[in-house]
Amino acid sequence: MSSPAPQLIGRLVALGIGGVVVQTAAVAQLPIAGANADLSPLLVMAIGLLCGSLAGGCFGFAVGLFVDIVSFQTLGVSSLVLLAVGYGAGRLREARDPEGTLVPLAVGAIATLAFSIGFALMQFLLGASAPVSWALLRQTLTTLVINALIALPVYAVVRRFLLAALPEDPRRRRRRAYTTGGLSPLSRS
Amino acid sequence: MYDKTVRRRRAVLGLLVACSLILLTAYFGESGGGVLHGVQRGTSEVLNPVQEGTSRALKPVRDLFGWFGDTLSAKSDLEKLTAERDRLRGELALRDSARYENRRMARLLETTQALGLSDYGPKTARVFATSPTVWYATIRVDKGSSDGVRLGHPVINEQALIGRVTAVFNGAAQVTLLTDTSAGGTSAGVSARAGKNSVFGVVEPVGAGNPNDLLLNNVAPSADLNPGDRVYTRGTIPGEKQGSLYPRGLPIGEITRIDHEGTDTEEVHLRPYANMRDLDYVQILTKPKAIGA
Repeated sequence: MSSPAPQLIGRLVALGIGGVVVQTAAVAQLPIAGANADLSPLLVMAIGLLCGSLAGGCFGFAVGLFVDIVSFQTLGVSSLVLLAVGYGAGRLREARDPEGTLVPLAVGAIATLAFSIGFALMQFLLGASAPVSWALLRQTLTTLVINALIALPVYAVVRRFLLAALPEDPRRRRRRAYTTGGLSPLSRS
Repeated sequence: MYDKTVRRRRAVLGLLVACSLILLTAYFGESGGGVLHGVQRGTSEVLNPVQEGTSRALKPVRDLFGWFGDTLSAKSDLEKLTAERDRLRGELALRDSARYENRRMARLLETTQALGLSDYGPKTARVFATSPTVWYATIRVDKGSSDGVRLGHPVINEQALIGRVTAVFNGAAQVTLLTDTSAGGTSAGVSARAGKNSVFGVVEPVGAGNPNDLLLNNVAPSADLNPGDRVYTRGTIPGEKQGSLYPRGLPIGEITRIDHEGTDTEEVHLRPYANMRDLDYVQILTKPKAIGA
């Protein structure tokens, strides 16, 4: 495995910083049905699906750390949970390589759910005394629905932003192979 | 090569997890003025202007989303408030109606007491129908034979005498007003007295469709009557000196003008006190005494 290109790293850093700033400065201030969208797990999920587990894990850790710093939260909580989210999304791509159009939607919803549950668990482990109330569950579910709805556009934007810097996009490679006739099953028959 | 990649991946993962746990532990272990807190504060101070700028730049987008949210919320509020407004309007109408009815009933009671009609068995009745044509000045009330109402019983409102019962049903009765002029109608003159000298006359309707004008007939040409004189029931049947179902002294109206005064064709016009077009509640005197009988 070769090291990621500097151009890709630069874009990932820009994406992470921009995403967290937009999240805290704008998206967090847009209440929808009493909850907010959360871009962090969606960004991490998209990087995991596009770049693999290693990049996904590192991106998740970095974004989580940045979120914790910017939001003045306990350092290490978001980074640990988003690390797992990014790594899991990357492993999904490496192990299954799902191709469906709605994959980002499903993975985005699972990533959001995993982030919400993981974050809540960490808070409880750290001694948060907040009870599991109906309001908390409702907010979590609402965020899950909103994130599932915006997962596809977020994934599309991230993919478009990184496309030029991605060294090996399996889908691009597959399309190129079919059009050139190199790996097409039709050409072999 | 594959093993190396896997090992590298796992090593990085383990390292990042360890970093997270170290950060957590260190963050919890240090005081508010520690290094990590200082890094947090410093980063926040650097990023605060960026965040503020971004927030300002994205304000139109937020406003747009807020507008959509407000619009949806306003639509929901509009439906609720419209329903509430309709309900309150209904309640207000009922309350106004109740207040109005209460006021009229109170005045009706006052009139009954002022005229000393308590012994005449007054029954309060609600008007639920009026004659649809100008030719018949009749009303229908919700008290009938089951309430003791009989033919000929006098009917008053809170202002004056208005007529008498001309048809009785089980739970309703028809009242013919003083202004009824229908052909073959059941209206009949009311013997009355007018003026300072209690001039005798018979109150009769003038013509169809004029509920504000009555005539005082059978008045002697030399009678001392003037506009403004009050007209009351006499308590006798016209033409006979026997008792009438109308109690003595019920107000009827006020003389407005005298045509052809001093001649045989003299006409004394009077305006009834009762507004015949605005009858909601009336009282039927169910125990009329034949005064003088």
